[in-house]
Amino acid sequence: MNDTTAQARFSFTALANPTRYLSYSGKILPWLGGLSALLLIVGLYMAFTAPEDYQQGITVRIMYVHVPAAWLAMMGYMVMAVSALGTLIWRHPLADVSIKAAAPIGAAFTFLALATGSLWGKPMWGTWWVWDARLTSMFVLFLMYLGVIALQRAMDDPVKAARPVAILVLIGTVNIPIIKFSVDWWNTLHQPAAVFRMDGPTIDPSLLWPLLIMAVGFTALFFFLHMVAMRTEIWRRRIASMRRASAREQRSTARPVLAE
Amino acid sequence: MTHEQYVFVSYALTAVVLGGIGLWLWMDRRGRLAELKRLEEAGVRRRSEG
Repeated sequence: MNDTTAQARFSFTALANPTRYLSYSGKILPWLGGLSALLLIVGLYMAFTAPEDYQQGITVRIMYVHVPAAWLAMMGYMVMAVSALGTLIWRHPLADVSIKAAAPIGAAFTFLALATGSLWGKPMWGTWWVWDARLTSMFVLFLMYLGVIALQRAMDDPVKAARPVAILVLIGTVNIPIIKFSVDWWNTLHQPAAVFRMDGPTIDPSLLWPLLIMAVGFTALFFFLHMVAMRTEIWRRRIASMRRASAREQRSTARPVLAE
Repeated sequence: MTHEQYVFVSYALTAVVLGGIGLWLWMDRRGRLAELKRLEEAGVRRRSEG
């Protein structure tokens, strides 16, 4: 093994150490929180000073929370998918912690994407909901999040739950490209992609910039919340391990008395 | 409902949901830290700490 390989292996092990993660994340957390607050304040200001759409009028402002929420709903699931690979391939001790932390946050963003989409759909389409491919696949994503949360909480031992949860997460990953390309593959009421397109965005820059700033702010917020939740989950597992150690100690001191 | 009301409800709902999840995570964090402190004060140690 040469020096570079040894160094790479050391840093991988170092990152896998929960105590070291707590130390690093403790330093990053205030900056990430501050960055997300700043971006969201600027994004909201830009969203409410941007011109109204010539067709949608003021309801175009719903886009500034709906679209970032939908992107984050999918990104949150991809964070879980990468973490699931970390559990199954590398047995990374923080990978399962990451899935558990990301699931409720991803579910919240998915709920927001569905609810704000509905609140835009009623005045623009004349209906709260249609079972078209985009809306249905997004609803399936919400159910996948709930399934992952339920499976994690159904098993007392998080170590035993890690593998089945990781497998369930990976099965659900098939839904992500379906969501993204549903508007191209099927004839949907939901409009096709307007930002991430091969031929460039079709939105006017005056509406695109506030959207992008809000999306980056929401992304920073996601990672801030994810980091907070991961730190708490590490402490929760540490508490469980301390309680087990304490119970074992009490049993071993009580044994001689019981033997008499 | 007017169009302005749809916009207001969308932003209010976003604030409530994200604020709610933030509050839940903060309460959970506070609870676990307090529990950890209680155990450490009671002299309970992790196996790795000897």
